[in-house]
Amino acid sequence: MATDISAAEQTVDELASPRDLTGRRLVLASMAALVVACVLSMATGSTGVTLTSLPGAISSALGHSTDPADVRASLVLIDLRLPRTLLAVFVGASLAVAGAMMQGLFRNPLADPGLVGVSSGATLAAVTFIVLGNTYLGGWQALMGIYALPVAAFGGGLVATVVLMGVASRHGATAVATLLLAGIALGALAGALTGILAYISNDRELRDLTLWSMGSFSGASWSKAAAITPFAIVLLVALPGLVRALNGMLLGEAEAYHLGIDLESAKRRIVFLTAMAVGGSVAVAGIIGFVGIVVPHFIRMIAGPDHRVVLPASALLGASLVLAADMIARVIVAPAELPIGIIMAIIGAPVFLHLVLKRSNGVVF
Amino acid sequence: MSSISKSDRTSLTSISRLLLACALLVPAGVTATLAQKAPNPAPTPAADAKGERIVSLGGDATEILYALGLQDKIVAVDTTSLSPPQALKEKPNVGYMRALSAEGVLSTGATTIVANAQAGPPEVVNALKSAKLQFLSLPGNEDPHNVAAKVLIIGKAFGREAEAKELAARIEAGFKAVAERREKIKKPVRAMFVLGVNNGRATVGGVGTTADTMMKLAGATNAADFKNYKPLTSEALISMAPDVVITMRRQGATNNQTLLQSLPGYKETPAGKNGRLIEMDAHYLLGFGPRTHEAARELMSRLYPDLAK
Repeated sequence: MATDISAAEQTVDELASPRDLTGRRLVLASMAALVVACVLSMATGSTGVTLTSLPGAISSALGHSTDPADVRASLVLIDLRLPRTLLAVFVGASLAVAGAMMQGLFRNPLADPGLVGVSSGATLAAVTFIVLGNTYLGGWQALMGIYALPVAAFGGGLVATVVLMGVASRHGATAVATLLLAGIALGALAGALTGILAYISNDRELRDLTLWSMGSFSGASWSKAAAITPFAIVLLVALPGLVRALNGMLLGEAEAYHLGIDLESAKRRIVFLTAMAVGGSVAVAGIIGFVGIVVPHFIRMIAGPDHRVVLPASALLGASLVLAADMIARVIVAPAELPIGIIMAIIGAPVFLHLVLKRSNGVVF
Repeated sequence: MSSISKSDRTSLTSISRLLLACALLVPAGVTATLAQKAPNPAPTPAADAKGERIVSLGGDATEILYALGLQDKIVAVDTTSLSPPQALKEKPNVGYMRALSAEGVLSTGATTIVANAQAGPPEVVNALKSAKLQFLSLPGNEDPHNVAAKVLIIGKAFGREAEAKELAARIEAGFKAVAERREKIKKPVRAMFVLGVNNGRATVGGVGTTADTMMKLAGATNAADFKNYKPLTSEALISMAPDVVITMRRQGATNNQTLLQSLPGYKETPAGKNGRLIEMDAHYLLGFGPRTHEAARELMSRLYPDLAK
């Protein structure tokens, strides 16, 4: 704890430390990484359409060109790869930021939406909607349109986070073991309820659920991108307002209170935003693990725990990582496709294990 | 204490870590370049003079295309295209028909897609339909007459009307013969379809499954009265008391027969006591392809061995 506090004091006092500089460089490098990843993502795919076809694609999309090559380029670049790239950016950024926020909220480096049951809660709600959406919840579907699934998943994630806070927090702090165990219990409960739904689902719904639970962007479309846009806007607008509270909470609740931070309001906002980030991601791409734990840890290892760096850099690097994983998913077994959840687990699980082992040597949080 | 020294680490090491992060992107870049070089939609000898390039999604579609002699026009199939066996060996595979990738399917340079009713996900199917190519959706497995309908649809689309009519007539005649034999059944047997055995539970086909349709065609009643596939315990197996159990043929030591016989409940059913277990090829029995009438006939002969005499 002593090390945590000294590191946090540095950031709260805003001393000019070497880390400030590193942090700034890290954010800039992350931006560069994201730009590179986006360009590569637009240029990658099994059809072999490259970015050189972009002018033709745009003129076809605007109705100026009817050349078959341009029509095809427009379909591939503008209707398939562009929404897919946007979705991957949103999901990667959301999951990484959700991880960073939860780790700050619980003051616990292992708090990850996937590990502590928030994703399971969102999944349960989404699965409920998928299985019952055509029958019992038809009214909800009619009312919400394309937002029905993301809003349902958001609600599930919100309930899971609130329950987790109620169960695992004692006097403002959470013990690692309690949090993880409560998360496992919550995940198991949500999993069991999801199992009941899988039991009453029909053959087709069941197979859809199985594939969806591995996570994929193969169903990316403009309507999905439109469905999560409001989520992305809210996250983007609200994030800067959380930096001070999250940095204050690094010190401890009492210390944060004495710094004049309204903790209860900050906590409510963090819970709400985490659920939004996870719910939106689960709704459009299924379950993709490890982003929320790998990315923020990597950033803290380089630039320390200052959330002025951790939040933006998590968003940028999380988006880049998911884009990179999705590019592998697209081409590795082309013309078929691997679910991205599998690739993220192959990348993420060893990193996670490494972090767990390193923690015993007193790595910075 | 260690963190204080760590906070003073030089920016040189941090930059090397950043490089590491960027290195994560490199494999993606490499695969991207490779992908662009490899399976380009350059015209292959497979495409015929008319330039039709078919992607076949679904075992039934592939089998019908082969049966109508259209195999040379197929440029890719999906993983469920198990019959004929050479289909998956000689054609590229675009993956499982319910988890397709729009760009993957387009990369084959297809001009026509023939799709099983269950092909998906819906977003990908919509994207493919909006591409400037022909998208043929085949009817589903609800009705045995759909088999002949599928043959006619495919025949019409690719100029093989005569062959298709002949094959469809043969299929309809086959179903008619099966129906006539069904009339002779005096007492229908209670049959149960077991898809597989997992964790000591048998996954059983209920009402509305393709297995249910096949059992009805073959003149059996389904011992399971629930909907869809459900995993059942040994006790439930006993209470359903099937006279015959139908299962899928699998190779190896863990075939369904061995697994079923290891279930305590199976031995207590009339089927288990009398050793009445029928194993059939999954694709043949449930694929709803052009041999469905033969599969129904074979199932019937095995359910009612006396009927043939």
